[in-house]
Amino acid sequence: MSIFGEVPLAAPVAVFKLTADFREDQSPNKVNLGVGAYRTDECQPWVLPVVKKVEKIIVEDHSLNHEYLPILGLPEFRSSASKIALGADSPAISENRVGAVQCLGGTGALKIGAEFLRRWYNGIDNTKTPVYVSAPTWENHNAVFSNAGFEDIRPYKYWDGEKRGLDLAGLLDDLESAPEHSIFVLHACAHNPTGTDPTQDQWKQIADIMKRKNLFAFFDSAYQGFASGNLDQDAWAIRYFVSHGFELFCAQSFSKNFGLYNERVGNLTVVAKDQDKLNHVLSQMEKIVRITWSNPPSQGARLVAITLNSPELFAEWKDNVKTMADRVLLMRAQLKEKLKSLGTPGTWEHITEQIGMFSFTGLNPKQVEYMIKEKHIFLMASGRINMCGLTSKNIDYVAESIHETVTRIQ
Amino acid sequence: MALLKTTKFLSSVGSFTPSLGALPIRASSWWSEVQMGPPDPILGVTEAFKRDTNPQKMNLGVGAYRDDNGKPYVLTCVRKAEALIASKMLDKEYLPIGGLGDFTKACAELALGPDSEVLKSKRSITVQTISGTGSLRIGGNYLSRFHLVGKDVYLPKPSWGNHTPIFRDAGMQLKAYRYYDPATCGFDFAGALDDISKIPENGVIMLHACAHNPTGVDPKPEQWKELSAVIKKRKLLVFFDMAYQGFASGDIDRDAWAVRHFIDQGHNILLSQSFAKNMGLYGERVGGFTIVCADADEAKRVESQLKILIRPIYSNPPMNGARIASTILTSPDLHSIWLKEVKDMADRIIKMREMLVANLKKEGTTHNWQHVIDQIGMFCFTGLKPEAGGTSDKGVLCLHD
Repeated sequence: MSIFGEVPLAAPVAVFKLTADFREDQSPNKVNLGVGAYRTDECQPWVLPVVKKVEKIIVEDHSLNHEYLPILGLPEFRSSASKIALGADSPAISENRVGAVQCLGGTGALKIGAEFLRRWYNGIDNTKTPVYVSAPTWENHNAVFSNAGFEDIRPYKYWDGEKRGLDLAGLLDDLESAPEHSIFVLHACAHNPTGTDPTQDQWKQIADIMKRKNLFAFFDSAYQGFASGNLDQDAWAIRYFVSHGFELFCAQSFSKNFGLYNERVGNLTVVAKDQDKLNHVLSQMEKIVRITWSNPPSQGARLVAITLNSPELFAEWKDNVKTMADRVLLMRAQLKEKLKSLGTPGTWEHITEQIGMFSFTGLNPKQVEYMIKEKHIFLMASGRINMCGLTSKNIDYVAESIHETVTRIQ
Repeated sequence: MALLKTTKFLSSVGSFTPSLGALPIRASSWWSEVQMGPPDPILGVTEAFKRDTNPQKMNLGVGAYRDDNGKPYVLTCVRKAEALIASKMLDKEYLPIGGLGDFTKACAELALGPDSEVLKSKRSITVQTISGTGSLRIGGNYLSRFHLVGKDVYLPKPSWGNHTPIFRDAGMQLKAYRYYDPATCGFDFAGALDDISKIPENGVIMLHACAHNPTGVDPKPEQWKELSAVIKKRKLLVFFDMAYQGFASGDIDRDAWAVRHFIDQGHNILLSQSFAKNMGLYGERVGGFTIVCADADEAKRVESQLKILIRPIYSNPPMNGARIASTILTSPDLHSIWLKEVKDMADRIIKMREMLVANLKKEGTTHNWQHVIDQIGMFCFTGLKPEAGGTSDKGVLCLHD
């Protein structure tokens, strides 16, 4: 008789199961439009040239060792990463009220931020404080906040399925009616999974209401540089909020824009009213880190810090990022053109209006099932595709398959 | 909506009349009520050491190996493994949630022995974790969610300082059993047996597999046998923390003896492993968490739940350290270089223990310092009182109390 006799088999995480199913599929035409990682036109993972260069520097530098990092992480990583998000000339930085915690990927940064907020945000018990996540959102947002102890996680309107764009009126309405002090998880750019971002003007409207209603802005920035190809442009929303006096958190991931997926490189940037508050916040975050992972892994942070702190390497990195963003933009443009020339029913403007790695195609679950089973094209049940899975070799097949699916299955 | 305690709020904002929803905007901060957290007790010693300007200062607090020049030591097998890995031009794709398969397999074999019946029957699951801390945390979370029959975790008195906050935050209650005897600077065997024999059924008992932290006091094999019997009788769930395999005696099998004995005796244990010390991979955060289950089916179900626990914390673990560790463990050449280096590190520590006692005797000590030699591993409970530590004009000797 086992004490674990009652442990039920948990359902696998959908996006990883999709990749597992893709691997097992025997069809020579199979295409994986599932998990969010960049692929080259040969459909291969891409280790950024600048990363290869810096890795070599690290492995050949025998003055480096593997000692523990400080609990909050590598200082030169934390500060340079925050500069990327806020801009090197950010007044908040020169006012010494910006700090950061190196975390395990974007997930880890969300985790530490969530744990802190639950303990300290509005009083010392925020289990009942509402946390709003976009409808839809990255599927792990919910789990991160509920595991941190938040009991009231709610959707805010975001995606308009009918017009295949942002439901601005609904979004603003939800902001207006949110209880004061509610926490809002905002996607800084390249919204996952819809690829639909507010315009600058729309961000201003969002910020106005959030200020007035005392709502907390928790930015999730996993695609900076990857969305438009320009780091500053992709950080516009965060910087706007900061310049309008918000205290906020920004969970940064370097998984995609550095291609460092498996090194778990993330940064939780904290913007506070003043240095004193900041130090208090960081000291409490330190305690949370200590009982979660003690201190973060050094390899990835070292790599990013070396890159960001060297003018030549920084320039090379920006160039690598643009390479990735440009390929995605090309695939978007070509997919739309092919669907239009095939005369595929429906409008497909959203393919090029959306931004970043993902596109919400608008395919419904039945259509998705057809794509997977009959065409061996793997995508999420939500209709989300990873544009990086498209190549010059498979784009015709994918376009034709979408055409066939949409005409056969309603 | 949670309402602020008005008194606390008033003290920080001066004159303000609280009314529902009318909190001051942007003049104050969200974080006015956040208390300054205390410095970490262990790392605080290193902070003090760094600040000290005395040229003769020594840091005996830090929990990391140092060579005979007082410098961090990167193992040769680690450098070789890194060069090998670099030459392979691997990609950086996400690892599975449970980590690098080559690593978790080798990690389990290292602890349980390659011929372990548990491994042959596939009735255990090992996931890659963020070193020992991450492993203990996952374990605590797992217990909190699935070990509903027993919410108490029994730690030896004393135990690693971070055990308590980890398990408490995971939702467990902390209790203790006698372990260290300050009178002998040794193991309080009778006290331990006594306390353990009274632990209610289904309690979770934490055991340090070897090189007990912080005392350096380990049970002898005959004592382990008796502990196993009592623990079995009390129907307790055993959680081993093994952070120093190889580092304690210099022999990896000897250091894992207790773990393997308990498994042989039928305990389906939980096990945390760290490669921070024995491979010097501190900052790469390499560890494993293992649950020994009743059968392969149960192991699969437990694995699926561990993944559900891991995903909302950090999604999947870091590659670099696990790749280094698995390269070392699975390559015969590197594996034997590693065994020798671990033994060298352990031997240097043993030699330092002997030299310290010899020199104390030379200085004319009348005190009995045998415990310094009898204790094992990186740490030594000197028996010095708290007043002896800290800073002084004559030089700093940073110690734990």
